[in-house]
Amino acid sequence: MSGKKPNNPSDSEEFLNGTRRDFLKKSSFLTAVALTPGRVVKAAEEQWDEKIAGVFEKVSLHIEVNGVKHTVSVEPRVTLLDLLREQLHLTGTKKGCDRGQCGACTVHVNGVRVNSCLSLAVTNEGKKITTIEGLANGDELHPMQEAFIEHDGFQCGYCTSGQIMSAVACIHEGHAGSETEIREHMSGNICRCGAYPNIVNAIKAVKNGGQS
Amino acid sequence: MNQFQYVRPAEVPAAAKAFTKGSNTHFLAGGTNLIDLMKMGVVVPERLVDINHLPLKKIEKTPGGISIGALATNTEVSIHPLIKEGFPLLSLAINAGASPQLRNMATVGGNLMQRTRCPYFFDTTMPCNKRVPGSGCGALAGFNRMHAIFGASDKCIAVNPSDMNVALTALDATVHVTGLKGKRAIKFADFHRLPGEHPELDNTLQKGELITSVDIPASPYNKNVHYLKVRDRTSYAFALVSAGVALNIENNTIQGARLAMGGVAHKPWRLTETEAFLKGKPVSLDVFKQASQIAMQGARAYEYNKFKLKLAPNTILQALTTAAGLKA
Repeated sequence: MSGKKPNNPSDSEEFLNGTRRDFLKKSSFLTAVALTPGRVVKAAEEQWDEKIAGVFEKVSLHIEVNGVKHTVSVEPRVTLLDLLREQLHLTGTKKGCDRGQCGACTVHVNGVRVNSCLSLAVTNEGKKITTIEGLANGDELHPMQEAFIEHDGFQCGYCTSGQIMSAVACIHEGHAGSETEIREHMSGNICRCGAYPNIVNAIKAVKNGGQS
Repeated sequence: MNQFQYVRPAEVPAAAKAFTKGSNTHFLAGGTNLIDLMKMGVVVPERLVDINHLPLKKIEKTPGGISIGALATNTEVSIHPLIKEGFPLLSLAINAGASPQLRNMATVGGNLMQRTRCPYFFDTTMPCNKRVPGSGCGALAGFNRMHAIFGASDKCIAVNPSDMNVALTALDATVHVTGLKGKRAIKFADFHRLPGEHPELDNTLQKGELITSVDIPASPYNKNVHYLKVRDRTSYAFALVSAGVALNIENNTIQGARLAMGGVAHKPWRLTETEAFLKGKPVSLDVFKQASQIAMQGARAYEYNKFKLKLAPNTILQALTTAAGLKA
């Protein structure tokens, strides 16, 4: 849209001039500041009392993933999906379309299922994330994982971690009352192998077994 | 995705201020549309103002109806007891849109700001007057199956993709916004605009204005309602045509009607003439058939969306009969 580079200095003068101290006081670290002198915003004066990052700066992020607390440094443009896979090396969560259309990246944020590919990591400050790696209890699989194996709920397996995260949420939400309801509330997870009937059967089995 | 400045204000005035200080700044709420557009290079912000920490999540009763905070998620709205009881059309419309994951992220304010899904808008190698004013419209003589049949111009034939907006326009909602110049209220029907000569403008917001809430007046339109969405898949697809219908029926007479369509215009398409026709009429299939024809006045199709000229009145007819409890 705009032909301007994001670090166009002329527009940043008014906005960014002056006191970096307020921000520096609040920020535990700033990487690449040397690359971008004058890029930091006068936070306190503008009542932006929380995170502010310039174009090349990383932001400190506190996030709990599968019960483990992490403090990481991320660029604001990094998605939750890329943080999980590339920085925390939790590669169970898959990148399918990367556009919120396939559901392979589904994780739970504070217990609610979301597409991690459309969530910027920095917007998850202080939140609790559960990924497919966090479902099992040690070597004991989650009932939904057992059910997917039992009912052959996958072929290639690429969509499976997203399907399972969505399936667990589907039951928690109370949306597994009938096959029609399950299909509607699993519609955000696409399976190109077409394992849908078996996925539905797995969810029904867990629902009827009273486990989730 | 391009690099950008990231700002996270805690209060509404600071958010408005942060917005207006730069060129090409965007508010970030649920991100389900904006992050997608940024990945495609369709929107290239210099600054994102993350508004997720603003206190705008409340859904509460007001003396005149209900107030929905702009940051309430689609899921929070659709399952809220006050919405389900008083404004069921809104719940139905929201649940017809997107997927559970997206509805858990997407906010009410963001839904109002949702950009069109026209493929020419999304493809930066194609001409699009909405994306690059003056570059032309790829859809006009292109693949225009999903496109408008009402209110389009020779500059743009894109449609508003939202289901929620269809219900909100039918229910006479009001959009409350805050900017540097203060607060104002915008009638829902005046919030989105037709493309005309300026398809780059989706709505009537001024620069830096932030949606704070959407209010809906209490009404008797909470019993005979239906939202019918016709799409290429059973679920999780944008509407070819959708119809939101709410009828106030007493003694088999239509005391009043609220109708709107989605997937047919650059804005959610309220059918005021059809509503006027239905008022005072008896509930009957014949009346509904006439209504569905009146709804089509002014329709104009393009090469690949001629089917909508038949699909749209059929959708209205079925939504009316279902809302009234008639068998078609």
